[in-house]
Amino acid sequence: MDTKLVKSIREAVQLSGLKSGMTVSFHHHLRNGDFVLNMVMEEIAALGLKDIFVNASSLFDVHTPMLQHIENHVVTGISADYISGGLGRPISQGILDKPVQFRTHGGRPSDISLGRTPIDVAFIAAPTADPMGNCSGKYGKSACGSLGYAFADAMYAKKVVVITDNLVEYPLQDFSISEDYVDFVVQVDAIGNPKGIVSGTTQITRDPVGLVMADLAAKVIDASGLLKDGFSFQTGAGGASLAAASFLKDIMLKKGIQGSFGLGGITGYLVDMLHAGCFRSLLDVQCFDLKAVESIRTDPRHQEISAMHYASPSSRSAAVDSLDVVILGATEIDTDFNVNVHTDSNGYIMGGSGGHSDTAAGAKLAMIIAPMFRARLPIVTDRVTCISTPGRDIDVLVTQGGIAVNPKNTELMQRLAAAGLPVVDIRELKEKAERITGKPSRLPKGDRAVAEVIYRDGTLLDTIYNVK
Amino acid sequence: MEITKCAAAGTMESSDVYVEIEPRETGLEVELQSVVQAQFGQAIEETVRQVLKDCGVENAKVRVVDRGALECVIRARVETAAMRGKGEA
Amino acid sequence: MRRSMLFLPGNNPNMLINGNCLGSDAVIFDLEDAVSPAEKDAARILVRNTMRYMDFRGCEIIVRINSIDTPYWKRDLDAILPQQPGLILLPKTGTAKDVQEADAYITELEQKLGFAPNTVGLMPLIETALGVENAFAIATAADRVQALFLGAEDLTADLRCKRTKEGREIEYARTRLVMAARAAGVEVYDTPFTDVNDDEGIYKDASYAKALGFSGKASISPRHVGVINEVFSPSQADIDYSYEVMDAIAMAKAQGKGAIALRGKMIDAPIVARAEQTIAMAEALGLGRSEQ
Repeated sequence: MDTKLVKSIREAVQLSGLKSGMTVSFHHHLRNGDFVLNMVMEEIAALGLKDIFVNASSLFDVHTPMLQHIENHVVTGISADYISGGLGRPISQGILDKPVQFRTHGGRPSDISLGRTPIDVAFIAAPTADPMGNCSGKYGKSACGSLGYAFADAMYAKKVVVITDNLVEYPLQDFSISEDYVDFVVQVDAIGNPKGIVSGTTQITRDPVGLVMADLAAKVIDASGLLKDGFSFQTGAGGASLAAASFLKDIMLKKGIQGSFGLGGITGYLVDMLHAGCFRSLLDVQCFDLKAVESIRTDPRHQEISAMHYASPSSRSAAVDSLDVVILGATEIDTDFNVNVHTDSNGYIMGGSGGHSDTAAGAKLAMIIAPMFRARLPIVTDRVTCISTPGRDIDVLVTQGGIAVNPKNTELMQRLAAAGLPVVDIRELKEKAERITGKPSRLPKGDRAVAEVIYRDGTLLDTIYNVK
Repeated sequence: MEITKCAAAGTMESSDVYVEIEPRETGLEVELQSVVQAQFGQAIEETVRQVLKDCGVENAKVRVVDRGALECVIRARVETAAMRGKGEA
Repeated sequence: MRRSMLFLPGNNPNMLINGNCLGSDAVIFDLEDAVSPAEKDAARILVRNTMRYMDFRGCEIIVRINSIDTPYWKRDLDAILPQQPGLILLPKTGTAKDVQEADAYITELEQKLGFAPNTVGLMPLIETALGVENAFAIATAADRVQALFLGAEDLTADLRCKRTKEGREIEYARTRLVMAARAAGVEVYDTPFTDVNDDEGIYKDASYAKALGFSGKASISPRHVGVINEVFSPSQADIDYSYEVMDAIAMAKAQGKGAIALRGKMIDAPIVARAEQTIAMAEALGLGRSEQ
């Protein structure tokens, strides 16, 4: 074989042996700028295939053409770790006959590697590749940095197709996924729109309430007893979480603390912390902005890791198991500390766990940061609409109106109280918010399951019902 | 005191509410759109009617576009719109 | 205690309803510069409702009404006074007569509402050259006056000079206001530092204001509140020293001694007074003596 290059996506689909009823997979590093999933699904539809199961690490609004394929029964099943509102809303209205399977960023590669969710053909969107399929996300006009979520797909799918818009001579140096896993390579004009792939910069919040919460969050970490040399940390890309990282950086520099690693989806703020000496390295499963992409390309301390290495519960060990602190978000949290990040307060799907429950399970301190209420809806409820992460894995909720500690973590409660931080009972926080907003009426629950939330170990955690 | 002219108050920003009021021959007509319709729709309509009653407005058409405003904000915006509609502002 | 006072625009619901969570000792609901003429009525009602329905325990409410040369100020007071604000901030106060005019109307309203006299305090905002020159007369123009407040933005416009971060152009106004306020026995608060992103600048500016004798400082950004609170709180060393002073006094009394020295320095009445103030503030902040 001289080369694995084929002329078109259609030819690759045909050569892969894909048939009706089979499973295809995609990864989401190109986020809302991704062209690959739509291009592939269009060819699959044009070839007349039906009853395809799509296993995607995440689905974004850019993927709404999928609705057409669902309507035409080209796609009849979906597994994803995160689904944004554009697809989530119609799914909540019941467009699919079979419930969507929600997994986590750790549970997905775990289930793939254990053979629970076999993949027939994996499609890898590669910002740079050579004709034999060595590929990388660090280079090219569509550079996205890490390709962490694609490793399990490449390693375990029966056939692997690499799709690139930057074909380079063999051998590509500094590859991420190597040719021994790859069957076919396709060159296209563009795999994505760079504007949607990574943000120019991710911004910390200017919202005063967000800043207050971020300040409290940094103080909680400071008082937790975990902030010492060797400290490890993960935070999301939300405005308040980034502000918390920025305040935490100030504390670490002031106290001269050198942490070990920053983990997860990496933003420029964590890169700044690396440069400032707050961490020895960054372990990166996905880059969120240009600064992170630039860093992973040029700085050997900034390392790409696979989703299995990041968070798989069936790996021999995963980075989340060594994590000290993670800052996470929530659309709802209940008085038992169960967190919902799958649906909005009206019950429509607009998110997913991603690494939420993986990092909450692994980290020594799992912190939720959320305002007391959003648009008149209290964040703390008696029971969340959907359990995305079980309350047993959540240690503390930080709001602008006080800090609620999970009663199981008595040590943390004592430490925060001793530091003079405003610790309150979570039920008190709920009442406080309801005094301001009024008590919302409960929504009627639908009678049809539209999605299953599968915990990282493969067990069913909760079921999401349709919205009436 | 009756509504004599079309008036509006509030904004479309988050946590605010936009209220338009106009003269009507008989009775109150309240049209409500809200991001929290399911949870608070009924409560909001009751609030709107109560404030209008307190302002002595018996006949008016009111359009309310709510962006998750708290009750005290809704009360303020409806009262402002009513005062403006009565030419008292 | 008003270490920090945070300005919040009077017609912005999102800011007002969260005002008590932003960490400042007091908030200033602004009906003046932050509100356009077309929205004066809306802001007045919104601020009134926020005060009526929201729980601001632990955070004093100050309302900046419109100045007495506008058609708005009496209506502002009509709406706000029944809600019992801690203080009314009276902008563009230039003379004692301005204070007396506002005082007379507030007194009239207090009587109507059945409030005890001087329930609502007045804080003249000094932001003109005339106001600075009349500072003592303004501070003593009515019993209702509880504090003076320096506004440097309008003042520098009046002085026809540039407002700078270093603030040399307001040096005279600052010292003059502190002197006048202390002579009149009222508090005195410093102008906001306007560069929201300069963390070092706000620390320097607040520290300098404290060194001059200001009781606290206003802010236009929640980001500055933490720093201002820190600067205007007593340090642990101050607190410990104050307790030592009180211990020494108690011991002297027990031993029947009149005068006493601590660390080689005679303790006189002003030192005791300051120690008492520091301990009162520390107790209000929940701060104690460090463990020995």
